[in-house]
Amino acid sequence: MKILVCISHVPDTTSKINFTDNDSAFDTNGVQFVIGPNDEFGLTRAMWFKEKQGASVDVVTVGEKDAEPTIRKTLAIGADKAIRVDTKPIDAFQVAEEIADVAKNGGYDLVIAGRESIDYNGGMVPGMVAKMIGANFINTCVSLEIENETATAIREIDGGKETLTSDLPLVIGGQKGLVEEKDLRIPNMRGIMMARKKPLEVKAPVAEKPLVEFKKFSKPAPKGDVKLVDAENIDELIDLLHNEAKAI
Amino acid sequence: MSILIYAESENKKLKKVAYEVASYASSIAENTQDEVVAVTINVENTEELGKYGVHKVLNVQNENLNTFNVDHYSDILTKAAEEVNANILVLSQSANAKYLAPLVSVNLKAGYASNVVELPELDNGFQVKRNVFTNKAFGMAEITTDKKIIGLSSNAFGLHEKETTAENIDFNPEISDSNIKVQSVDKNTDKVSIADAEIVVSGGRGLKGPENWGMIEELADVLDAATACSKPVSDMGWRPHSEHVGQTGKPVASNLYIAVGISGAIQHLAGINASKTKVVINTDEEAPFFKAADYGVVGDAFEVVPQLIEKLKEFKANNA
Ligand SMILES: Cc1cc2nc3c(=O)[nH]c(=O)nc-3n(C[C@H](O)[C@H](O)[C@H](O)COP(=O)(O)OP(=O)(O)OC[C@H]3O[C@@H](n4cnc5c(N)ncnc54)[C@H](O)[C@@H]3O)c2cc1C
Ligand SMILES: Nc1ncnc2c1ncn2[C@@H]1O[C@H](COP(=O)(O)O)[C@@H](O)[C@H]1O
Repeated sequence: MKILVCISHVPDTTSKINFTDNDSAFDTNGVQFVIGPNDEFGLTRAMWFKEKQGASVDVVTVGEKDAEPTIRKTLAIGADKAIRVDTKPIDAFQVAEEIADVAKNGGYDLVIAGRESIDYNGGMVPGMVAKMIGANFINTCVSLEIENETATAIREIDGGKETLTSDLPLVIGGQKGLVEEKDLRIPNMRGIMMARKKPLEVKAPVAEKPLVEFKKFSKPAPKGDVKLVDAENIDELIDLLHNEAKAI
Repeated sequence: MSILIYAESENKKLKKVAYEVASYASSIAENTQDEVVAVTINVENTEELGKYGVHKVLNVQNENLNTFNVDHYSDILTKAAEEVNANILVLSQSANAKYLAPLVSVNLKAGYASNVVELPELDNGFQVKRNVFTNKAFGMAEITTDKKIIGLSSNAFGLHEKETTAENIDFNPEISDSNIKVQSVDKNTDKVSIADAEIVVSGGRGLKGPENWGMIEELADVLDAATACSKPVSDMGWRPHSEHVGQTGKPVASNLYIAVGISGAIQHLAGINASKTKVVINTDEEAPFFKAADYGVVGDAFEVVPQLIEKLKEFKANNA
């Protein structure tokens, strides 16, 4: 089985978000970039397929050179080959077209992406890739088994779960649950050394122009001070929620 | 031209998000004079959509569509968009809508913006305001294609009545095969889901252990709310993973979010910041959540929550 894992290169979850160039671009100053948390679960599941079922695992990221340390990390964790499509990711459609091109040419059976990225978090790329390459698609995937070319997956739905089966090729939008959090891997020294010898292919972009473009960013208005209610006076809280906030 | 909405339903009844997307679409139509058309799948009574400015309902009735299937449903929406020559498609951000929207986007080659929180601005191209960086910021996204898809964040726009009469039209496009088979659905039907809830009551590590969740559930019960929790609470197995909210869990965009014994870490707040009113109950007045909340009680959850339940019961009885 050939697996392709899509890796988004995103600001660490503790990052403070600021903008520059007249609020038209994300300010990367002082921001640490990591593998998208949903992608990390997917990568770890892919490693399981590699170790238990002999799958090969390639990773792809659509991004400029600054994304390379992030994908090197996936090689150190155990991916076999990394592909970077050398272009600035602007919108989901464009990113999906790039990934679809890699997926088609590589003949992958399974494409693992994250449910959503945590930067522009559209939750759009995986489904678009699936449709573009004519593969089946399962989103918000919290469990994935593959036996005899058939996938059995659990998808989170609003208020519960659903068990689905599908043939390959398949694209999933994965998330926490795919593997246990304690099984997530941190690159060790040996992995880092080995990663240096693994291929990191840089590929020219193929996509036409994006369909959606960010023009300006803003931050939520600063909040007014919290109104404190005395623990002995819960009636006041109910009154505020009812009359002021109109929330109950 | 027209604006198409996907009016979602459950057990043959329209869901609140259906009225929300209808309200949103009919507000756009006030400017553009477009016709507002809804697609419904196996809905018994679609009349109510007329209250929110829908002119026409493409009513699909097909026993094979009782269970959601992403291929079938995205196919229907694509065909409906073509049928009525829709230039804008509006969907909610339910798990199912988020699942199918990217497929429709590729089918129609329509630019898609998700997590949208306001009406589009039309003076400078077609721009929508959407949540980015998991609610830490907003971005104005310009959709440059002729056909556009908008995923409307829940509770962002609210309900706006606009009386029309919704004409009902049978719509039964041919449905292609799907290789995806739903084997079983495991759904808690007597509980409100986090996505659908107007109010969410959430507990953190401050509650000490799973045995103390009775009062959280009771509080949720009184308020008709969904229950949620912080990440460590689900990691320790006190609560199911599906209740984990935050940047790496489920997003919450409720009208009211009550956090009990939650410190307010940046990753937690990022996921719940889209909620309108936030209340925190925490013993530590220095807890970061107090900076993010609208109302706060500095106090012990084990004393405050039971009181709150009692007082809310009284309030409900008096306001029934
Ligand atoms: C990559 C990454 C992603 C993450 N994603 C998420 C996420 O999506 N969601 C999330 O929630 N977290 C997330 N976290 C974890 C986050 O950083 C915090 O650790 C977590 O939110 C803390 O949970 P808590 O508030 O329940 O616990 P704590 O931080 O332990 O806080 C417990 C609070 O309870 C209060 N308390 C104690 N006793 C009482 C009492 N009797 N009555 C009232 N209050 C009391 C304490 O004062 C304290 O403020 C993430 C972390 C990382 C590194
Ligand atoms: N620039 C990118 N390069 C590679 N994969 C990406 C990129 N952007 C998004 N993805 C994948 O698509 C998923 C969903 O992203 P999004 O649609 O942006 O929310 C991510 O979790 C990644 O797996």
